[in-house]
Amino acid sequence: MFEILGKTNIDFMGKWRIAFAFSGVMVLLGIIALVQIARGAANMGIDFAGGTAVQLKFEKPIHIDEARRALESNGLAHAELQEFSQENKLLVRIKAATTIEEKTAEQVMAVFRKEFPDNKFVVESSTEIGPTIGQKLQSDALIAILISFAGIVLYIAARFELRFGVAAALATFHDVLAVLGAFYILDKEITLLVVTALLTLAGYSLTDTVVVFDRIRENLRMRRREPEGTIMNTAINQVLSRTIVTSLTVVIVLIPLVLGGGEVLHDFSLALLWGVIFGTYSSVFVATPLITLWPGGPSRLLKRG
Amino acid sequence: MKKVGGRLLALTAVIVASVVFFLPSYPPLYNELPRWLRAVLPDKGITLGLDLQGGIHLVLEVEEDRAVEIAVDRAVVAVQDLLLEKKIPAESVKRAGSSQIAISFQNPDLRSQVQKLLDDFPTYVEVETSGTANSVGWTMREAEIKRIKDSAINQALETIRNRIDQFGVAEPLIQRQGQKQIVVQLPGIKDPKMAKDLIKQTALLEFKMLDEEAQMKVELPGRILKGKDREDALLKQVESKVPEGDQILFERVTQKDGMQEYLIPYLVKKRVMLAGDVLSDARVSIGQFNEPYVSVTFDAKGAREFDRITGDNVKKRMAIVLDNTIYSAPVIQERITGGRAQITGTFSMEEANNLAIVLRAGALPAPLKIIQDLTVGPSLGRDSIEKGVRATLIAGILVVLFMAIYYRLSGVIADFALILNLVCLIGALAALNATLTLPGIAGIILTIGMGVDSNVLIFERIREELRQGKTVRLAVDSGYDKALLTIVDSHVTTLITGFALFLFGTGPIKGFAVTLCLGIAINLFTALVGTKVIFDVINQRRKVEQLSI
Repeated sequence: MFEILGKTNIDFMGKWRIAFAFSGVMVLLGIIALVQIARGAANMGIDFAGGTAVQLKFEKPIHIDEARRALESNGLAHAELQEFSQENKLLVRIKAATTIEEKTAEQVMAVFRKEFPDNKFVVESSTEIGPTIGQKLQSDALIAILISFAGIVLYIAARFELRFGVAAALATFHDVLAVLGAFYILDKEITLLVVTALLTLAGYSLTDTVVVFDRIRENLRMRRREPEGTIMNTAINQVLSRTIVTSLTVVIVLIPLVLGGGEVLHDFSLALLWGVIFGTYSSVFVATPLITLWPGGPSRLLKRG
Repeated sequence: MKKVGGRLLALTAVIVASVVFFLPSYPPLYNELPRWLRAVLPDKGITLGLDLQGGIHLVLEVEEDRAVEIAVDRAVVAVQDLLLEKKIPAESVKRAGSSQIAISFQNPDLRSQVQKLLDDFPTYVEVETSGTANSVGWTMREAEIKRIKDSAINQALETIRNRIDQFGVAEPLIQRQGQKQIVVQLPGIKDPKMAKDLIKQTALLEFKMLDEEAQMKVELPGRILKGKDREDALLKQVESKVPEGDQILFERVTQKDGMQEYLIPYLVKKRVMLAGDVLSDARVSIGQFNEPYVSVTFDAKGAREFDRITGDNVKKRMAIVLDNTIYSAPVIQERITGGRAQITGTFSMEEANNLAIVLRAGALPAPLKIIQDLTVGPSLGRDSIEKGVRATLIAGILVVLFMAIYYRLSGVIADFALILNLVCLIGALAALNATLTLPGIAGIILTIGMGVDSNVLIFERIREELRQGKTVRLAVDSGYDKALLTIVDSHVTTLITGFALFLFGTGPIKGFAVTLCLGIAINLFTALVGTKVIFDVINQRRKVEQLSI
């Protein structure tokens, strides 16, 4: 047998204080990010905030500073530029404040046609979103998040018990917030795709947590005499290699997607990649200790079996 | 241990079905097949989303308040006509706000006469005007406002559909969304700007008379340079001199060299003599200097009206106005009886074609506002597909290698399940005629990663059982049994998120949710049925002493 890990006996539960300190910081970042989003101060994509994005592909390389100057001198001062230099692509984003009636996309094209007459370009994509659509999307995204969380807590509570459900939901929140916080710190744009990635990673991180919980449930039924902490530690050690291997296969898949999946999918797969890593960490270091912190009498499951 | 024959058969059937459903999605192969075979096969497979094949996605909002205003404006003209007819010397009739009409008169004694006119306008009710003896206010009934708004959106939908049908787009999607929005999706469009103009143009054709007597007094310049601010400046400057019931409209002209555009202002009577709703046809014709123009034909009623109007106004100038821009303002030389008119102007062949289309399809009941506009050029789509396919292949190969190295023969079996997974997923997408979007491709890749997860869970469990000294057959069976619950639990949780995404996501996100949910379901099947069958087959042939795991 080829194994990454042999039989391990690591005291995961004992390290919960360090883990919680680290997680606390990440969650705090995530909460700050959430507050900033609610205040409208975060770097929201135009699909939420409304605005215009135009992606142009030029024949010759174009310098981002020259492009910015050209736009500024033509009255488009608030443009955000991003280049994909190996392919001479330029992404111009202008947020909100503009209405579509002003035809910002066409203005941008006109500026480049005028200022760089000998560097022809094709329009790869142009997106214009009115502010009302953005608000609708925001509320839809929020509903989707709430519904899926409610569904998950209910399902896990039914399959295990309430404290497992709550712990799993909290751990999942932790993962989502951590990735959101990381995106916020790196000033990455929160787009609809990123939100989709956050929801997907929530689902994935749960999968991971469930694998651990499942073993804990099994062990709780079999070794009723041992203290809960020991049982949980054993369970984690038992499932450690499968937890790592399952995450590893997803990581293997995501890396090519991050590196070569194209500009549209880059942030999406990056969010998923971080999510998988956080998700693995949290099922071991966050979700499981959370169960033991739950106040209350002896477990219903302990009496069963 | 159960019999494997039935399960093997089911497995084969699933694979064959997947391939059959997928075939139409790959035209190079599909079109090579003999006709009788194609007749049996499904004819529709996976469609590529706009982000992959290029095209436009528009969300339009009907300015329904404008539709109401337009209806009230028409009523204002009708009231004016009626006042003239009954010889009631009213001072002015105006639209007030968006749904009210204000009629004022010098002599308070006229009040009751004016009030009686309301009998002819059943969709209006009188509003209490406090104190003023020499004016009367009417307002449109709420039910009528609602009816106009409702019919505005339905009519807009119908008109857009007509225009796009005539423009010729493969598989357009045009549907109502919510109260006042219309979604238009045009895949594979070459010239997005032209298509957008075609959809958005109100195309309200009107014939109005020039007010030549007053023209002198207003002192309009011969022409001005094109530009919204210059237009506004001029309008402001002459505002006070424009007589009531008149307005200034511009004709656009381009200088011969085609570089400079000018606007010629005209003083035009607001009254609409004839509108585009009496057209029966509009065609592009070529004039003597090879310039395209649009010739319109009136229906019987329109022709009669046009005959009368031109007869009454010989030697006067009539403006042909489209969406408040004058196309031409010819002098009526003689009574025109044939029921035809020409719209000339400086347009290209394509523009003339579009104009003919929008005139045939009819005017929009109110202006449209684009509130969402996604345009994807065909090159980005090709690029995305290439990158997506490449990333999928690399990811696939890496996972296959990893599994084969880590779990040896069992890993190869899991790899088989993985491929089975992909085949089934693509087959299922094709069977559902799903639209594949870029996030959808990401969903497929994610399925590859998660597809082996279940097998990892099972294999690790089998290893555990083997370590406890169980025989291979027993270890495999109990490994599957014990992993089953874990697998189901973990899949259901992901399914819950996928479902929420499906319910509340739009466009590409929905595509992603569909792939994710299908992937998970198929995953369960391949892991629990697919690989198990193979292990059973191996165990059935001979007594296996050692399992390569």
